[in-house]
Amino acid sequence: MAALWNQPDVQVAVWALLKVGIILNGMLILVSYMIFAERKIAGHMQARTGPNRVGWFGFMQPWADVLKLFFKEEFIPAEANRVIFHIAPMLAVIPALVTFAVVPFGPGPALVGADVNVGLLVFLAMSSLGVYAITLGGWASNNKYALLGGLRSSAQMISYELAMGLSTIGVLMLAGSLSLVDIVHAQSKVAHVFGLPIPGWYVLYQPVAFVIFMITALAETNRAPFDLPEAEGELVAGFHTEYSSMKFGLFFLGEFMNVISISCIAVTLFLGGWNGPGPASLGLLWFALKLALLLFFFIWIRWTYPRLRYDQLMNLGWKVLLPLALANIVLTAIAIQWVSGAAG
Amino acid sequence: MRSETMTLNMGPQHPSTHGVLRVALELDGETVLQARPMIGYLHTGMEKQAEYKTYTQSIPQTDRMDYLAPMSNNLALCLSAEKLLGIEAPERAQAIRVLLTELSRISAHCVWLGTHAIDIGAMTVFWYCFREREKVLSIYDQVSGARMTASYFRVGGLASDIPAGLLDRCQKFVDEMPAHADEYETLLSKNPIWMARLKNVAPLSARDAIALGVTGPMLRGSGVRWDLRKTQPYCGYDRYDFDVPVGACGDAYDRYQVRVEEIRQSTRIAGQAIRRIRELGESGAYRLRDFKYVLPPKEEVKTSMEALIHHFKIVAHGFFPPVGEAYQAIEAPKGELGFYLISDGTPRPWRMKVRAPSFVNLQSLGAMVQGRLVADVITAIGSIDIVLGEVDR
Repeated sequence: MAALWNQPDVQVAVWALLKVGIILNGMLILVSYMIFAERKIAGHMQARTGPNRVGWFGFMQPWADVLKLFFKEEFIPAEANRVIFHIAPMLAVIPALVTFAVVPFGPGPALVGADVNVGLLVFLAMSSLGVYAITLGGWASNNKYALLGGLRSSAQMISYELAMGLSTIGVLMLAGSLSLVDIVHAQSKVAHVFGLPIPGWYVLYQPVAFVIFMITALAETNRAPFDLPEAEGELVAGFHTEYSSMKFGLFFLGEFMNVISISCIAVTLFLGGWNGPGPASLGLLWFALKLALLLFFFIWIRWTYPRLRYDQLMNLGWKVLLPLALANIVLTAIAIQWVSGAAG
Repeated sequence: MRSETMTLNMGPQHPSTHGVLRVALELDGETVLQARPMIGYLHTGMEKQAEYKTYTQSIPQTDRMDYLAPMSNNLALCLSAEKLLGIEAPERAQAIRVLLTELSRISAHCVWLGTHAIDIGAMTVFWYCFREREKVLSIYDQVSGARMTASYFRVGGLASDIPAGLLDRCQKFVDEMPAHADEYETLLSKNPIWMARLKNVAPLSARDAIALGVTGPMLRGSGVRWDLRKTQPYCGYDRYDFDVPVGACGDAYDRYQVRVEEIRQSTRIAGQAIRRIRELGESGAYRLRDFKYVLPPKEEVKTSMEALIHHFKIVAHGFFPPVGEAYQAIEAPKGELGFYLISDGTPRPWRMKVRAPSFVNLQSLGAMVQGRLVADVITAIGSIDIVLGEVDR
């Protein structure tokens, strides 16, 4: 046993499994309490109190909700494609979870699942996979509302992914790396303007890219005002109309997991990741604070704005965000060239 | 490649059809080729039932038509019956009727705004609107004992006098309401998504609106200044000072603006009505003293033989109107609500026809959404403002 433990590969594997376990469970708990936070915040925004019956101030509400979902009947519609119908909810959760592997939660190798040198690409690839869950789930349900929801989703996610990918390129050009850890390190420099410390966060250098990224993030996660695949008012429940019990729960989980993972990436790319005043040991705290801020932003937007229409969504994606993202890249390139020319 | 259209059955169970409306949509992708509203899922045969009831017994039925504005329905029936009988309620009763029907307009428009917004995805407005509607419902509760099925008006006046303290409560509500209307507008009016979803959506020209018989805020949204409170005043509306808002191009946004402005105008009217009632006395005549048609006051029934006989006659088999017919329409929150009564001289109407604004306005759906997207169907249904209880009756 001891001999086995001394093998470096085994140590790496055990260490990695441990990290996977911690991140996985941590994220599941975070999701359940984000749902709780959303219900509470929505409640207070809407002149009511939100859940406050289960546990202290309703703190056990997420557990009650999950238990309820487990005890619900699983319903599979007649003539649904059973195999795909079962696979789709899993597809909703897994890619969202995989993204967390590359997120640097804090300084040091212990706080990042895997420092892949193409971390950003992993994120973009995984977020594109999410569309399959919705499209396949909508198609396999043998329901017209679900089909329409699935179709909308595929169109929406494809058009918004382009703008999202392009908005990150400005950051890449500044950082010169695809590794998320390197990108965070690149933002640690503090500039001094008139004696005031200005953090090196890319949101200050790439404000347009940040705005585009956040808008496309809303669209990628199917959150209001881009919740067209669900569009309760129009398509009943969209792609998950026929899903019940924990299969519905998985879609729900996937949505919130996506919100958290995309917020993690936004914090990493634009808000300086774990960087902040104070010692490096506070890194995790800074990351958590910035993440909480972005999550609140997602909730805030959802309960404030109405939903866009399908064609308006497409117009916004292709005619506004995409050209804007391209222009941003060109401007960034010119600026970098100019600064390096001035320095050289 | 062979392509075919898809038929989508929207409703009768659907979150945004405002009840049990069913719309058969023929879709090409998400484009609507044809939309046919199908009704009857809430049909209760109220018009036929009325032929087996006395006029007074039909009043509770009317609560269940446009259940968001029960007082307006009560008023329309009572006014037609009064026209048939050739009587008129005392001035004080009329002012109370104006006050309560204007409050019902506010609450009906609040429900409309909340549900319309929630259909379009703006969920928060709904709770704000229902908060104010709740206040109107508790005023109803205080005045009639029921929150929604008020049945408070009677032929010749009211069921009972208004309770003490009601006017102060109404005054407080009227004072607060314009600020709440501003609050709704803050969330919606200038919101770019809200404007994109409503402007130029589901347009209805003034010509089409008149041809289809559309009335109420929909007709005014299309730019036609037609409000029965101004054009054919009843209940002394000619003595109240208020404006009739109209839209410019007849799209969903115009209808939205017209209705929000109507909330404000209704608070104006309600404020004037409260003043009138105060002038005429906090308590006083609330029912006509014409005991052939109207119940005598309970105190008199206990002391006067004649009053007891009248009471017994009216309760036992109702009043006997003259042979003839009468039509009286009012400006209900949704449009022209009219009752056409034909009497053969018996205590029960030979025929009662209800001109229900929701039913007539719903006709315009097909014309408004043809060639547009599924999402616009929802906007259109919302901006027509239907209540299925009234559509089907």
